Amino acid sequence: MRYVESLNAALHTLMKEDETVLVLGQDIVDPYGGAFKVTKGLSTNFPGRVMATPISEAGITGFATGLAMNGFKPVLEIMFGDFISLCADQIINGASKFHWMYGEQFKVPLVIRTPMGGYAGFGPTHSQSLESLFLAVPGINIVAPSSYHNPGELLRATILGMGIPTLFIENKVLYPEQLKTVDTTGRIGNFFFERINKSNKSFSTVSLKVEKEEKADITLISYGGVTLLAVEAALNLFIEEEIKVEILIPSIIKPIPIQDFLESVKESGRVVIVEEGVKTGGYGAEVASEISERVFDYLEKPIFRVGAKDFPIPSSKELERSFLPNQSDIESAIKGLL
Amino acid sequence: MLKEPEVHNRSKLYRKILLIRKFEERLLELFKEGVLFGTTHTCIGQEASAVSVIEHLKDGDLVVSNHRCHGHYLARTNDSVGLLSEIMGKKEGPCQGRGGSQHLCKNGFYSNGVQGNIFPVAAGMAHAEKLKRSGNIVVVFIGDGTFGEGVLYETLNLVSLWNVPLLTVVENNRYAQSTSIKNNFAGNFSSRISGFNISFGEVESNDVEELSSRFFDIIEGMRMREKPHVEVIHTYRLGPHSTTEYGRSLDEVEDWKKRDPLKILEHRLMKSEVNEIRQLVKNELQNAEKKVKQF
Repeated sequence: MRYVESLNAALHTLMKEDETVLVLGQDIVDPYGGAFKVTKGLSTNFPGRVMATPISEAGITGFATGLAMNGFKPVLEIMFGDFISLCADQIINGASKFHWMYGEQFKVPLVIRTPMGGYAGFGPTHSQSLESLFLAVPGINIVAPSSYHNPGELLRATILGMGIPTLFIENKVLYPEQLKTVDTTGRIGNFFFERINKSNKSFSTVSLKVEKEEKADITLISYGGVTLLAVEAALNLFIEEEIKVEILIPSIIKPIPIQDFLESVKESGRVVIVEEGVKTGGYGAEVASEISERVFDYLEKPIFRVGAKDFPIPSSKELERSFLPNQSDIESAIKGLL
Repeated sequence: MLKEPEVHNRSKLYRKILLIRKFEERLLELFKEGVLFGTTHTCIGQEASAVSVIEHLKDGDLVVSNHRCHGHYLARTNDSVGLLSEIMGKKEGPCQGRGGSQHLCKNGFYSNGVQGNIFPVAAGMAHAEKLKRSGNIVVVFIGDGTFGEGVLYETLNLVSLWNVPLLTVVENNRYAQSTSIKNNFAGNFSSRISGFNISFGEVESNDVEELSSRFFDIIEGMRMREKPHVEVIHTYRLGPHSTTEYGRSLDEVEDWKKRDPLKILEHRLMKSEVNEIRQLVKNELQNAEKKVKQF
């Protein structure tokens, strides 16, 4: 099953089971079914509960918040993650505050789904990974499934279980990806697969290791679409140089599931964090601080971050590749710590 | 000669307006005394709009307000103890002192401090009531200053497209903080709203009885039609924007004091009745303050 199909199937099932689930967004009704087809078929099967909206990101974010405060579970699609800036006041000064600021009188089960990410030539305003801006906003969660997770299951758990406004970050390059399946030896491809649930039961971190029992030389933490590159880099380094990387792929990035990372970090003492968004002020910065504050004495080397350069993402294919993290950036970072 | 029930209602309206006025005046004093922390926005002079709209609401209707929300809150909840507790940062306040003056929430009343921010939220709440077929409506109070915010127009489009039962009451007090409407508002309310094909009305009044009968009709009509309506009340803020006055001409303020909503009603009530209600409100607020200070 593909990533996009998993999300679509989860929405169909949920809307069937729970009449309070509503879906809103631009261009989401059939036959178009949404810019990336995550909502395909929903308006046909659930007329009246799927609302095609005007191009008014702020308005529909507030509108969905109001639905969430008054008995419904709205799932709002923002067509491109770049447009989340237009929703920012509604999230920052509205949805994220209403539960706590009003004295915890009610929950706000608002889910905002949006695709982030580049590597597709969409240029400066349709390629960004802006989710790390929202790490600094209290009162929201951020979920970002990779193709090593079950995105549909995570979407279901987000809609039914969070009860607080949640950004559900999908990555454009992942939509057509086949979800990874674990074989009878417990492996995905060359990697042993394990789920870590120390921080959060429903939102586990995936661990991928080339040698199941041996300690890894490096802990690599990465989420979302760029995990595909991280896995390629780790595999290549194992084949060519026998470097053993443990890849940790969280499904939730806020709050940071820090307990899921610490055991591996204590074993390896070397950490690379890979994100698609800009390095400055990003996810890696936050995770690196959390690790340093907790297990500094175990670190053999400074934590190294790989992220996008501090420029707008260019449209040209060659330029885009050199500004976004690539496989060789990740390999260099790993080798630099050994 | 007025009929008995109307006279009774008049004194009730007067009591409500007076409660809000005296609460707000006392709040400004408490600020000067250094008892309050932070800031506040009082609605002195605008009490008639809050009272005249909210008196027609049923249980289950929702009220959404803005930074200048004390009058709306008191008109809806009559909870002067809760409001003062919240403003004084006490855990006994409806939001445990976390929200304070601008961020109130109790029994279907919500206010928030950013202009226009909560306007689409109110629309979503109203749409939820429609989906639930409850027959309830949502009233959202905004000001002339809110008309500078883009999200307002996004939301007006949504509520018109989707027939959302949202009553928007615009209190045009002619100033966005210190800036006169003459310097920040192009065109007029009527043509801005009519472009969205939303039912619209406007009235210049501080007369709570006149406004009350107007809103009786508007709200009854909305319940029948399940469509949005925008009503502008052209009024005036007699008190400061926040805790200190600046910028306005004294002549202008004095002129509007002649149309003080309290005075309008006092002329229609018997002196003995006015005195009796004044004493009642005084006692009520003194007791509230005493109670809150003991928290």
